[in-house]
Amino acid sequence: MIAFIIRRLLQSLLVMGTVAFIAFSLFNFVGDPVNNMVGQEATEAEREYIRQLLGLDQPFYIQFMRFVGNVLQGDFGQSYRLGQPVLNVLGDRVPATLELVFVAAVMALVIGVPMGVYTGLKRYAISSKLMLTISLIGVSLPTFVIGIMLILVFSVWLNWLPSFGRGQTVNVGWDSNLFSLEGWKSMIMPAITLCLFQLTLVMRLVRAEMLEVLRTDYVKFARARGLSNRAVHFGHALKNTLMPVITITGLQVGGLIAFAIITETVFQWPGMGLLFLQAIQFVDIPVMATYLLLVALVFVIINLIVDMTYYFVDPRLRTEGKGGGH
Amino acid sequence: MADPLLKVENLRIEFPTRRGTLVAVDDISLHINKGEVLGVVGESGAGKSLTGASIIGLLEPPGRIAAGQILLDGKRIDNLPYEKMRQIRGREIGAIFQDPLTSLNPLYSVGFQLIETIQTHLPMDKQQARQRAIDLLAEVGIPAPERRIDHYPHQFSGGMRQRVVIALALCANPKLIIADEPTTALDVSIQAQIIALLKRLCRDHGTAVMLVTHDMGVIAETADRVAVMYAGRIAEIGPVKEVIKDGKHPYTHGLMGSIPILGHDTEKLTQIEGAMPRLTDIPTGCAYNPRCPKVFDRCYRDRPDLLDAGTTRAACWLYDDDAKAAAAVTGETAHV
Repeated sequence: MIAFIIRRLLQSLLVMGTVAFIAFSLFNFVGDPVNNMVGQEATEAEREYIRQLLGLDQPFYIQFMRFVGNVLQGDFGQSYRLGQPVLNVLGDRVPATLELVFVAAVMALVIGVPMGVYTGLKRYAISSKLMLTISLIGVSLPTFVIGIMLILVFSVWLNWLPSFGRGQTVNVGWDSNLFSLEGWKSMIMPAITLCLFQLTLVMRLVRAEMLEVLRTDYVKFARARGLSNRAVHFGHALKNTLMPVITITGLQVGGLIAFAIITETVFQWPGMGLLFLQAIQFVDIPVMATYLLLVALVFVIINLIVDMTYYFVDPRLRTEGKGGGH
Repeated sequence: MADPLLKVENLRIEFPTRRGTLVAVDDISLHINKGEVLGVVGESGAGKSLTGASIIGLLEPPGRIAAGQILLDGKRIDNLPYEKMRQIRGREIGAIFQDPLTSLNPLYSVGFQLIETIQTHLPMDKQQARQRAIDLLAEVGIPAPERRIDHYPHQFSGGMRQRVVIALALCANPKLIIADEPTTALDVSIQAQIIALLKRLCRDHGTAVMLVTHDMGVIAETADRVAVMYAGRIAEIGPVKEVIKDGKHPYTHGLMGSIPILGHDTEKLTQIEGAMPRLTDIPTGCAYNPRCPKVFDRCYRDRPDLLDAGTTRAACWLYDDDAKAAAAVTGETAHV
């Protein structure tokens, strides 16, 4: 098990290195950061000087090597746009995004799984058909439309919730929205917007898996043994649907971070996504590179967690080499 | 024996479809005495598994019992509400399914599944239930049950898994076990072991068995009586020896002729021409009439009920008194 984790961590370094390399090979094409940093009147000599100062006159692989070298010493560079160390800039933004993604993912699971089970069990009920129809809307409406609609209804018409920003945060080692009512008020609309697609995805996935599992022999046999419906549905059926749900949820958390860019823009949520968009506009190479590294890291960690969860859910993966019948 | 344990009376199972109602089981009556093994044989689609499923109340929709009744110990069980029927399943009537590889939930240890079943039906705490589970595993012949109880299904071989399945069916000491093709998915070498085990356990516990199979060898080995099904009806029912040695219904006769016998140098096995009709086009009269070598005009007209045919009862006009007379007149032999 420990060997497995170590192996995965080593692989993750390779993944992140590759991500950074590809990122640097593309940065040459996103524009010239020097243009944004100097005024209209700057002379060519001045531009050249800045370019040399930042090392932008060198080929991308040299830039890449230097970046990696610095990162290994814990230095992620300075943001061109803000003139601050990238770590400080991101440090403020990361918790905002992670909290938002966390709340959205939990909501998608806590609401999506029971709805999936319900629609799977009561296949012919009108309520199930209604849920499925509504879920189609959730799948097909673009995120920003949902966000803007929510703002229109709850902020503009009803005036219940703030329309943008994080509002009041509580510092619990980082600035958090999770520990105050005001924080939740600001959180709830972005979280709903962000989770809606995942929620419907989880629901449809659980439903499809339930329908599949309820047809299996072991569920029939569990019924034939006279087990209660609860034991059959939640003990035997649901647990067998969880493997694909865990896989998809893991991948989707990565997707949530990516989708967060749109949601954060709509709600002006001061997270990484918003920062990244601004960094692209300004060709802020150190911020972009660090952001991409961070996202790669998150993906790697999530996949590691997913693999480890398999291990706990499915005994077949646990017992390599020992046991066996005859 | 006074009252039979299980009585099925005029059972009719229908599947409503868009193109009309299919009658999968048509007017079946049978009974099983306490401690008796009733074999049910027939080709695929003859309705034998459906009959079993309807007895434990697990007929899959849209299939439904359209007529008739099922009585257990003299009480009707076919119209019980789900919860009442659930308490009978596993407690009074156990079930064993065809494929042991898929009958067990792969995510739970066999001990968990045994204890769960025991505690559902018997008032036992976890420790007692665990002890009973270990005893059951030992009884079905699993070596080192104290250790094996915490293993998962994938750690057992197919034969061992079927033993676990039998242990699960026996958890609450049911009076009747519906065994639906319990050996079909197993290696031939294992089949005999499992059948011997099932037979011994049921004798020891006084459990009656409805053994659904298409394997005549298994029936000959195990059953006390046998019901031969054809196209949703019982073609012949009677003591196993008589049916196998001297089947009265032409179908039974054909069926037995198609089994190779060890030691007999048979050049070619008998083959019943044609195939069983599909549910959508069962012929009028006797359903067997297109394939029957002894068919005569009445078979195309009327559908025979079970008639006394000496030691067994057969659904064949050959055993109708009028028909016998008529056949004698036309010179046909009434003997089979």
